[in-house]
Amino acid sequence: MTSTVLPGTPRRPSAARLGLHRAAIEVKSFFRERDAVAFTFAMPVVILALLGAIFDGVYPGSDVTSAQYLAPSMIAAGVASTTFINLGTGIAADRDDGTLHRLRGVPMPPSAYFIGKILMALVITVGETVALLGIAVVAFDLSLPTDPERWLTFGWVFLLGATACALTGIAASGLAGSARSAGAVMNLPYLVLAFISGVFYTPVGQLPEPLLTAGSLFPLKWMAQGFRSVFLPDSILPQEVVPSWEHGRIALVLAAWCIGGMVLCLTTFRWRSRRSR
Amino acid sequence: MTATPTVRVRGLRRTYGDIVAVAGLDLDVGAGEVVALLGPNGAGKTTTIEILEGHRRRDAGEVSVLGHDPSRADLDWRVRVGIVAQASGDLGELTVREALSHFARYYPRPRDPEQLTELVGLTAKATARVRTLSGGQRRRLDVALGIVGRPRLLFLDEPTTGFDPQARRRFWDLIRQLAGTEGCTILLNTHYLQEAEALADRVAVIVGGRIVADATPTALVGRTAARTVVRWADGRQETDDPAALIAALTGRYGGTVPELTVSRPSLEDVYLDLIGDAS
Repeated sequence: MTSTVLPGTPRRPSAARLGLHRAAIEVKSFFRERDAVAFTFAMPVVILALLGAIFDGVYPGSDVTSAQYLAPSMIAAGVASTTFINLGTGIAADRDDGTLHRLRGVPMPPSAYFIGKILMALVITVGETVALLGIAVVAFDLSLPTDPERWLTFGWVFLLGATACALTGIAASGLAGSARSAGAVMNLPYLVLAFISGVFYTPVGQLPEPLLTAGSLFPLKWMAQGFRSVFLPDSILPQEVVPSWEHGRIALVLAAWCIGGMVLCLTTFRWRSRRSR
Repeated sequence: MTATPTVRVRGLRRTYGDIVAVAGLDLDVGAGEVVALLGPNGAGKTTTIEILEGHRRRDAGEVSVLGHDPSRADLDWRVRVGIVAQASGDLGELTVREALSHFARYYPRPRDPEQLTELVGLTAKATARVRTLSGGQRRRLDVALGIVGRPRLLFLDEPTTGFDPQARRRFWDLIRQLAGTEGCTILLNTHYLQEAEALADRVAVIVGGRIVADATPTALVGRTAARTVVRWADGRQETDDPAALIAALTGRYGGTVPELTVSRPSLEDVYLDLIGDAS
């Protein structure tokens, strides 16, 4: 009695369905892990609350306060945290603790893993953005735009920025030798970029030229500029690097990082840890 | 009827740089058999089992597992193969129930997670986070995850390393049950002799990347050069025929032989003999 596939045998579930189930347990695991919640989710919220409370004053020629200027930039930093750092450290941990090894041994299409990770990052990033906007509106009197065109801008900056950071994070996960070093490997570039992209240091136009040039190569600067164009009046434009929101250039840089990140993911992703042979 | 073996390996080789991990290994595992790969650390057990699982490439040799080359295995093949890898630290924040229900979703015809929890004796821990489980409980969860898809073939890589003796015996009962009532073919790696003796229909002793002996535990003991040792109050003698020796001693003492003990060679003697010869 050789057993072949019998008629009526249930089929294996699709990658899309498994991806959804993976997203569910990924989100659950994320919020149950104190380290992840503290460093990835709570950190940008705390920094916005602190810096917003520390700095005061209004920019000349506008009625925008320091805290209001900081808020949209911190949303960009929040997106980078919940995509780039979250995925970079999360996947390094999965490689180290046996998650990927176990998944390679079950009938799961590899795409289901990535669908799960990206949906998880999306859910957490939306949560992060809502939390940061909430603080900005309640504590720092940021007014939400009513113009639908501004929300459209918010939409594409968010999607392009989150995608670029997520793909870069997945690619960077392989740089860390182990889960323990992943936190440092991911946080260092993140913190440096937050300074040289005019997030922690405001306004961006006051940054020294070489740092500004370096920051302009990376997506965070452009994402922050995009979010400022959504929430701040044009009267703040003199504080920018050039007196324009440069939407075309933002789209171009973020899209380039999406493509570059995708290529890096496809060429460098490893299922095995570097230490195992 | 000549059945194709579930696992068939011929001339398997794998080197890491200068180190030869597997050096021309041959192995057959028939359907429904429980076979133990027994050997010291570094003998090539894990490399071999990972090649059979499709997790590692080989340098040379023929490998067929459930009729397929595992290095080109697809997801339908994965449905029929269960893997319990060496101990890992994943799934920590999920509960036992969540982990089992999740992994059941990958398979077309999974076991019922509740019954499976019962089978591996984790019902009392169903709502506990995986990271709070003891080593033995975690290992039982690993087995549950390995068999949730009703595999035809189960790989167990050092399933009881770090267990206390009681936990090990409970674990063995679980594996025997799987092999007995479910007819699951099992290939397990172990460096514990007792484990091989307790579980396996056949023991393949692996040393230096080669199989140096392959027989039932009883036959292994039978073919040893070590002989039965008879000891008594003022003497000790090795013999192939202990009954004759004891009869002669009884005659000499004119009745009971003082402090008489008879020791059969154990599997351990055979094993130490084998790995001593090979290394």
